[in-house]
Amino acid sequence: MGHGPAVKLEKDYASPAKTKLGVKLFFVYLTIYVGFVVINTINPQIMEMRMFLGLNLAVVYGFGLIILAIVMGLVYNHICTGYENKMNKPQEKKEIEQ
Amino acid sequence: MIYEASPIAIAIFLIFVAFVLGLSFYFAKQTKSASSYFAAGGTIHWAVNGIAFAGDYLSAASFLGICGMIAFYGYDGFLYSIGYLSGWIVALFVVAEPMKRMGKFTFTDALDSKFNSKKIQLMAAISTLVVSMFYLIPQMVGAGALVTPLLGLPHWMGVVMVGAIVIFIVATAGMTSTTYVQFIKGALLIVFSTILAIYLLANGLNLNPGEDYHQFKTIEVKVDGANVTAIAGSEYSLAGQIKVKNHQFVQLQKGGVNSWWHLNGEQLEEAVSIVTQADGIKLYNGEPKEKRKFFSVGHASKIVVDGKEVDKSGPLGPFSFLTTIENSEIVLFAKSGFTHEGNKVALWYQKPTSGTKIMRPGLKFKIDKGSDFMSKLNFISLMLALFFGTAALPHILIRYYTVPSQKDARKSTIVAIAAIGFFYILTLYLGLGAMLNGVIDVESSNMSAPLLAKYFGIGLFSIISAIAFATVLGTVSGLIVAASGAVAHDLMDNFLDIKMTDNQKVKAGKIAAVVVGGIAILLGISFKGMNVSFLVGWAFAVAASANLPAILMLLFWKKTTAKGIAYSIGVGMVSALGIILVSPSMFVRYGLDPMTAPLGLNNPGIISIPLSFITIIVVSLLTQKDNANLKEIV
Repeated sequence: MGHGPAVKLEKDYASPAKTKLGVKLFFVYLTIYVGFVVINTINPQIMEMRMFLGLNLAVVYGFGLIILAIVMGLVYNHICTGYENKMNKPQEKKEIEQ
Repeated sequence: MIYEASPIAIAIFLIFVAFVLGLSFYFAKQTKSASSYFAAGGTIHWAVNGIAFAGDYLSAASFLGICGMIAFYGYDGFLYSIGYLSGWIVALFVVAEPMKRMGKFTFTDALDSKFNSKKIQLMAAISTLVVSMFYLIPQMVGAGALVTPLLGLPHWMGVVMVGAIVIFIVATAGMTSTTYVQFIKGALLIVFSTILAIYLLANGLNLNPGEDYHQFKTIEVKVDGANVTAIAGSEYSLAGQIKVKNHQFVQLQKGGVNSWWHLNGEQLEEAVSIVTQADGIKLYNGEPKEKRKFFSVGHASKIVVDGKEVDKSGPLGPFSFLTTIENSEIVLFAKSGFTHEGNKVALWYQKPTSGTKIMRPGLKFKIDKGSDFMSKLNFISLMLALFFGTAALPHILIRYYTVPSQKDARKSTIVAIAAIGFFYILTLYLGLGAMLNGVIDVESSNMSAPLLAKYFGIGLFSIISAIAFATVLGTVSGLIVAASGAVAHDLMDNFLDIKMTDNQKVKAGKIAAVVVGGIAILLGISFKGMNVSFLVGWAFAVAASANLPAILMLLFWKKTTAKGIAYSIGVGMVSALGIILVSPSMFVRYGLDPMTAPLGLNNPGIISIPLSFITIIVVSLLTQKDNANLKEIV
C-alpha cells in the first residue's frame, strides 16, 4: 500500500477548529453564490439595475463574488494561522493531548 | 478566417519551447524517486505552487474559450469565469488541508486512506482517467487551432507538436518540471493579459476600429410582403432570397460574385457568408479563399459618453470602460444556416444590440425572454457543476501533494484564488475588447483574445499567441501527470499489487505518460473543430458528480463506507456521462434533431450530483458492518 502523505506531516491540533471555520465560511459564500444564480434564473432584468459608479448589478455582483473569494481566503488564512500558532505550540499540544 | 504565419511569433514560440525543454532536462537529473516524479518531492514553495495552480487551471478553455464567448455573447461568457473561480472556495474551505493530510500522490490515496479498498482504488482511478481525458481533448484541439495562425501549420501538426513536447516534459521530470512550466506560464499569462487590458483601456471605444476595418454597406430596397422586389441603383442584381426563422436573406450579384444580405425594414445589410458548393468548394463572401475576401468583424454602432453620442471615447478607466459599453450599442453577428440551390450557406448577419443587454446575462443562456423550465434548469445545472467541479478535478487535487505542509496547501490555494480571480476579471475586458475592435473570427470564437492582441501590434500578438500555446502545454502536462499517477500508482501499484521498486514506479509512470499522451494526440486530431469550452464544462460535471460527493462525505459523515464511495463514484460518473450522451447538444453532433433528445438537459450536474450523494448515503447505510475497526480520520 502506498497511502499517507508524500512528506512526513506533524500532527495538526488546530485541524478541527480550522475545519469548523472552513465549513462556516463555505456556507456564507455558497449562500451569496446561490443568490446570484437565483436572481439570474428568476429575473435577469434586475441585473441591469445601476449600482454605483454607473456599474450595473451584474458587474458589481460578478466582480464582488471574485473579490469576496480573495478577501474571505485571506481572512480564513489569518484566523487559521492564529489557531495553528496557538494550538500547535509544544505546551498547548500537551494540554490538548491530555 | 485566413491567417498568415508571423516570424516573430514563431521565434518567441521556439524560444519558449527551448526554455521549457531545457528546464525539463535540468530537473530530469533530480527526479529519481516516485515521490519526486509524482509529487515533486513535496518540496515546492507555496507561492510557486499557487501560481502553478493558476498555470494548471487557466487552460485553453479559460483564456481562449471564455474570452471568445464574451466576445460573441457578452456577460454570459463571464458567467463561466465567475463559476470557475467560485469553485475554488470549495477547494480552499473544505478540501485543501484534508487532501494534503490524507493523500500521497493521487486523490485516490486520500479517498482510500481510511479503507484500503480495491473497489475505491479501481473506481477512483477510472474516474481520474475519464475526467483527465475529457479535459485533455479540448486542450489538444485548442493547440491545433492555435498553430494555424501562429505557425501556419495544419491542425494535426499542432496537436502532435503539443503532445510530443508535453510527453517529453512529463516523461523526463514528472511533477517537478510540470510545476515550473505551469508557474512560468501562469505568471506570463497574467502579466501579458494585464498589458493587453491596459492597451485596450488606453485605446477606448471607436466607431471605426481601424483603417482597414471592413465598411459594411446598406442598400435601399422595395419590399412586397417579406420579399425584396427591387433594388436601388444598378450596381447589384437580385440573385435569390430565402426566409429562415423570421429573417429574410437575399443573395445579390455583382461582377459575377454572389453575396448574402439581411433584410432589415426596407434596407439590405451586408452579411458575412461561407458557401459550401455541391462540389465541396468553399466560397468566402462569394469568392475562393485565396482572394482573401473574408474579414474579421465586431464594432460599436453607437458610442455614448456623458449622455452624448461620440465617434470615439478616448482613453477610459476600468469602470468607465464598462459603463460606456452599457450606455452604447454594439453590432453583434448572429449565425444562420440554410441550403440554397443545393449549396450549404453559413451566414452571419449584423445584430445591433444595446450595451445594457450585453452587460447582463441572457444572450447565450436562455434565462430571459423565450426561456422555459428546461432552459433555466440547464443554466442552474451548469452553475452547479462549475461551482462543485473545481475541487474534484484530479489534476488540480494532485498539486496539494507538491507542498511540504497543510499550511502551505492552504496558502497556495489563496495565491491561486487571487491570481485566477484577477485573470478572470481581465477576461471580461479582453472579451469585450475583441467584440468592439473588429477582430472577431466568426468561424471560431477561440481566437478572439490572440486576435485582439494582434490589433495592438504583431509583437504583442506573437507573445500572447506563444503564451496561449504555453497555456495548453501547462494544463496538458498537469493532466498527463494525473493520468500517469492513476495508471502507475493507483492501478498498477495499489489495485493490481504489482510489486515495484521506487525506480520501477517512476519508469511505469513515464511509460503511462507516453501512452496517455499518445492517446491524447489521437483524440485531439479526431475532435478537430470542437468548441474548446464545450468539453471542459462536461469534465467539470463528471468530476463534480463522480468525485466531490465521495470527498465531502468521507470528510463529514462518519458512516461513509468503502462500498458507498466506490458506488457513488460509479453512479456519478455513469449518470453524468449517460445524460451527456443523450443530451440535445450530442444529438446535434449525431446529426439528429435535438428536439428528439430524451432529456432536454445539456448539463448533467443537477441530476448526477444529487444521484451520487443519494448513492453514497444509501449504500453506506446498507454496508455499515464493513466499517468495524476502521481508524478515525480527523
